[in-house]
Amino acid sequence: MTGLPIALVVLGGIVVVVGLWFVITYNGLIRLRNAVKNAWSQIDVQLKRRYDLIPNLVETVKGYAAHEKTTFEQVVQARQRGIEASTVKDQAAAENMITGALRQLFALSEAYPDLKANQNFLALQEELSSTENRIGFARQYYNDTVQAFNTRQQVFPANLVASMLGFESAEFFEIEEPTHRQAPKVSF
Amino acid sequence: MAQFESLIAANKRNSVLLVILFVLFICGLGALLGWAVWGDWRMAIPSIVLALAVSSVMALVGYYAGPRAVLAMSGAQPVLREDDPQLYNIVDELRLASGLPMPALYLIETPAMNAFATGRDPEHAAVAVTRGLRDRLGRDELQGVLAHELSHVQNLDTRFMTLMAVLVGVVVLVSDIGLRSIFYGGGRRRSRGGGGGGGGAVMLIILLVAVVLAILAPIFAKLIQLAVSRQREFLADASASRLTRYPEGLARALEALAADTAELATASRATAHLFIVQPLMARGRRAGGPGMWSSHPPIEERIRRLRTIGTLEA
Repeated sequence: MTGLPIALVVLGGIVVVVGLWFVITYNGLIRLRNAVKNAWSQIDVQLKRRYDLIPNLVETVKGYAAHEKTTFEQVVQARQRGIEASTVKDQAAAENMITGALRQLFALSEAYPDLKANQNFLALQEELSSTENRIGFARQYYNDTVQAFNTRQQVFPANLVASMLGFESAEFFEIEEPTHRQAPKVSF
Repeated sequence: MAQFESLIAANKRNSVLLVILFVLFICGLGALLGWAVWGDWRMAIPSIVLALAVSSVMALVGYYAGPRAVLAMSGAQPVLREDDPQLYNIVDELRLASGLPMPALYLIETPAMNAFATGRDPEHAAVAVTRGLRDRLGRDELQGVLAHELSHVQNLDTRFMTLMAVLVGVVVLVSDIGLRSIFYGGGRRRSRGGGGGGGGAVMLIILLVAVVLAILAPIFAKLIQLAVSRQREFLADASASRLTRYPEGLARALEALAADTAELATASRATAHLFIVQPLMARGRRAGGPGMWSSHPPIEERIRRLRTIGTLEA
């Protein structure tokens, strides 16, 4: 009769171990899913930073090149479209416009040496170029996090937990329109 | 699969293996000395425990107080965003790419080109660059160097190297205890072991082996520590590539660093391993050079590995 209690203890032990593994796996997936959400919102933070910097830049440049109206209007319009964009597609289109318009604006400094030497202009140039980098890095971090999350919930045996509890793979941030991959042309 | 992923994974595996090897080495050393000196390998246990306690205390003091001491010794001054917006931006961009909190930034006013990172975890991290590095490197190169330093923080290298220091300390102390016991208490073994005259010669040989081992063990431990340090440098290079997705930036920075001949006056042998490249100079070139005794891998090899990322070469 000593066989049964031992068997029960062993069975109980297995149940405990499996249960623990289940909990640990689930918690890990939750953490990563939240990391993905946070990484996505970080991209928006950096995009907003760009919107906030643009008015200051336009004012500074206007002080030296007031009659370059088309360039200013392009930047301001692009910014407005970016702020008002409601779908991901519209936002991507607006982002592309802003990048192109900003390049033309910075190119103006070649024609106006006083502008080029202006400290405020140089500082804004650094800030905006850093913001472009930040947007890129934020997207990179988002994609890295998505990769980690997707891998974690797709490998065996964690995929059993994931499918049981309704975890779905996240989407990578991708350029949707092929034309957006082209570098915008600068013309002046 | 992007190459840096496999480089990083392999490196972390090797680090774990080396630590396991080290621990086994300590157990083996202790057991052998215990058996040779006291006739019972279990006698090694109190020695190992004592050595572990002493070594850990010393290492922990360094772990917690070290960063501030290193920053003070090197004459590093804090840098705020308004002091150098571009430098701040470069690090802030890397913060976004890595998901780490923003480290404290420091500048060392010296024309020598170098950088280091310190701090027990990402929440308490500090990164320092020299004036020479800041002024002479382009934005991409500077970002590569700072990505390397942030990678040390991300990979918890301070913690890892502290662990290595503890292990080396244990080996040194255990060997020391063993040697002292042989020379001052070895008689116990001979009188207890007893037996005939033939036993005496074997005993002597065993003791001799034990002495040689006790002398060589600390050297061997130091060599392993240096090998691990080199591994972590390669790992930081690969992790930096992962952060910037632009290994060429760091490669070009390393080229510039290799050509720089100014010595960093405030670095010493104790802090040299923290820097991105060897700060101490010998005979006009960077000290250490390639080989077992260097804490850093040869710069040419580091550049070569960086330039193979993304290609089909190994």
